[in-house]
Amino acid sequence: MMGSAQDLRSDAARAHDLRSDAARAQGLGAAGHGSGHFWLQRVSAVANIPLVLALLIACFVHRDAARAEWLALFRSPFFALLTMVAIGNICWHMRLGLQVVIEDYVHTGWRKGAGLMANDFAAALIAVGGLWAVLRLFLGG
Amino acid sequence: MAKKAKPQAAAPPQPSQRVRHARPLSPHIQIYRWTLPMALSILHRASGMALYGGMALFVGFLWLLADGGGAYRLADGWLRSPLGEWLLVLFVWALLHHLCGGLRHFVWDLGYGYGPRATSWLSWLSALLPIAGAALLWAEA
Repeated sequence: MMGSAQDLRSDAARAHDLRSDAARAQGLGAAGHGSGHFWLQRVSAVANIPLVLALLIACFVHRDAARAEWLALFRSPFFALLTMVAIGNICWHMRLGLQVVIEDYVHTGWRKGAGLMANDFAAALIAVGGLWAVLRLFLGG
Repeated sequence: MAKKAKPQAAAPPQPSQRVRHARPLSPHIQIYRWTLPMALSILHRASGMALYGGMALFVGFLWLLADGGGAYRLADGWLRSPLGEWLLVLFVWALLHHLCGGLRHFVWDLGYGYGPRATSWLSWLSALLPIAGAALLWAEA
């Protein structure tokens, strides 16, 4: 038998964690995190209710407007700010949402990490792209 | 057993190999009777993913709006075509559906609405309100 490995943890630590050494090393058992994700998803969802509805109504009201009218709308600081906050919140909410989807369906090797990273990049890209577009519309048109 | 037992100890299966020797899942979609909450849950996820893509398109449209010019006129013209109108109606439906589904989940998060009648009410409202809303907006457009 190989030299037996010593468990040098304190009594309190050993009593707290009933996993075997192998299980502990492999990271099996409860994740210990996820409540934050759950809560942030709810917060962004609640924030989305007024923001998305406002954006939807604004777009619907101006559906037949010419470009000039749209530019005038975006030159209003209130509307520009509303849209920016909405874009940011939507992108945050959708990044959290797709993360869960990827974690549900992708388990093999590098694909999971790549998927999660792609989600982060895509959401960030859409957010930055949207914010920049609104800024351009607000400042110059 | 799908795997052949080897006399000497084999290396633990790599993630890709694990998938090849994957045990069959319990059949779910092919066997279980479809229920409305089940369908709505799936649609909630599907609409969320569709909205993610739709968000990218929305930001793209904002870019075109800021640029003005030929590309914007093309996009604007296409959106006013029958196909474009269909896309917008579908997008609004997905948005309203995801919104109602989210509210349904929020009721459950707060601990209410778990009984069979309450679930039935929540489910039917979640299914029908978005359709009615989208139809109303389409009729008004």
